Amino acid sequence: MSGHDHGDDGVSRRKVLECMTWAGTGVLWTITGGVPRSLGIIDSAQAATAAAPGMTFLQISDSHVGFDKPANPNALGTLEEAVGKINAMPAKPSFMIHTGDITHLSKAAEFDNAERIISQSKLDVHYVPGEHDFLDEEVKFYRERYGRGTKGQGWYSFDAGGVHFIGLVNVVDLKAGGLGNLGAEQLAWLEDDLRGKSKSTPIVLFAHIPLWTVYPEWGWGTEDGGRALEYVKGFGSVTVLNGHIHQVMQKVEGNVTFHTARSTAFPQPAPGAAPSPGPMKVEDAKLRSMLGVASINFKQNEQRLAIIDTPIQG
Amino acid sequence: MKTLNRRDFGVAVAAAILLPATTARAADDMEVHIDNFVFQPAELKIKVGTTVTWTNRDDIPHTVVSAGKFRSKTLDTDDKFSFTFTNAGDYKYFCSLHPHMTGMIKVE
Repeated sequence: MSGHDHGDDGVSRRKVLECMTWAGTGVLWTITGGVPRSLGIIDSAQAATAAAPGMTFLQISDSHVGFDKPANPNALGTLEEAVGKINAMPAKPSFMIHTGDITHLSKAAEFDNAERIISQSKLDVHYVPGEHDFLDEEVKFYRERYGRGTKGQGWYSFDAGGVHFIGLVNVVDLKAGGLGNLGAEQLAWLEDDLRGKSKSTPIVLFAHIPLWTVYPEWGWGTEDGGRALEYVKGFGSVTVLNGHIHQVMQKVEGNVTFHTARSTAFPQPAPGAAPSPGPMKVEDAKLRSMLGVASINFKQNEQRLAIIDTPIQG
Repeated sequence: MKTLNRRDFGVAVAAAILLPATTARAADDMEVHIDNFVFQPAELKIKVGTTVTWTNRDDIPHTVVSAGKFRSKTLDTDDKFSFTFTNAGDYKYFCSLHPHMTGMIKVE
């Protein structure tokens, strides 16, 4: 639904509503007994948070600061609302990850605005870039802000709460006709980073574009994502967190759980449900009433995850 | 790019006066639109000397990149990029942000 007035509003808008997914606020994760489980989006997660022991962390994604098109004329505003909800949570999460597309056009002012709002959460934030964060001529604004201590184009790992977190970059050097791309240098680093780790160490991989193939027709996948997944095969618990597609999508394959987060800016259509993956235009009131509508849960100590769609609207 | 176009237009006018009409038409500008993450038309056949202008009509930025040949800046909504093809050949191009978007300019 990119674009303005292409004159096909009737059909596509109906389709859009049928296939609606929602711009949410963020996904709350908790780690209990080494297994990350999503407590769903923030509204429905608040009660659970208070009771959940162990480490909790947040994932937000695709804030697209600077986006001002009809699908959401004020993407900074909805990011601020998301941060407001984070601040209202009864239990403070340990930290937050942002899975990219912080800005819409990589303008310095967009990065500054995003930082101003996100820092109000007073949480450590671990970023990975989206393709919208590398658009400035010299490709320096993201790196100046978030690249410190990272390798290559901005990949890195860290440990928290007994979990090994790995932030990957799959939005650089994309090939014509292809998908997201990690590249040989990053894959070699990943293999090395995992070497010697106990197989019982829970692994969280996060990157902007889904590391699994969601819908290649729209470029929703990573060309060499399978290589990365081979390296984590032997680990008992692997969780892959991505953004980019502005909707929740999940898959479980063996010990690996895949999950994509909502955007804080605008929704995108379900795969194939619209002529393109562009922003979906819905009424403003509808957009906000949809916040917090669906939740996703990892059942503790189970491989299979449960999807709970809970519409709060009317 | 506007300067380029104007110069080409001048060349075209001169050609129209001095040369057969077919040659003049060869310098006509051509358009490619980006709609719904698609280059339209996906393939364009043009004569040497033609200027092609891409216009992004999506709400999402795109680029127009032909490896080693031309590379646009990031095109936000309604932004344009023009390139004049001075050599014959097949020019494959794509959007470096959404690489599943591909197109072809065939220059004769």
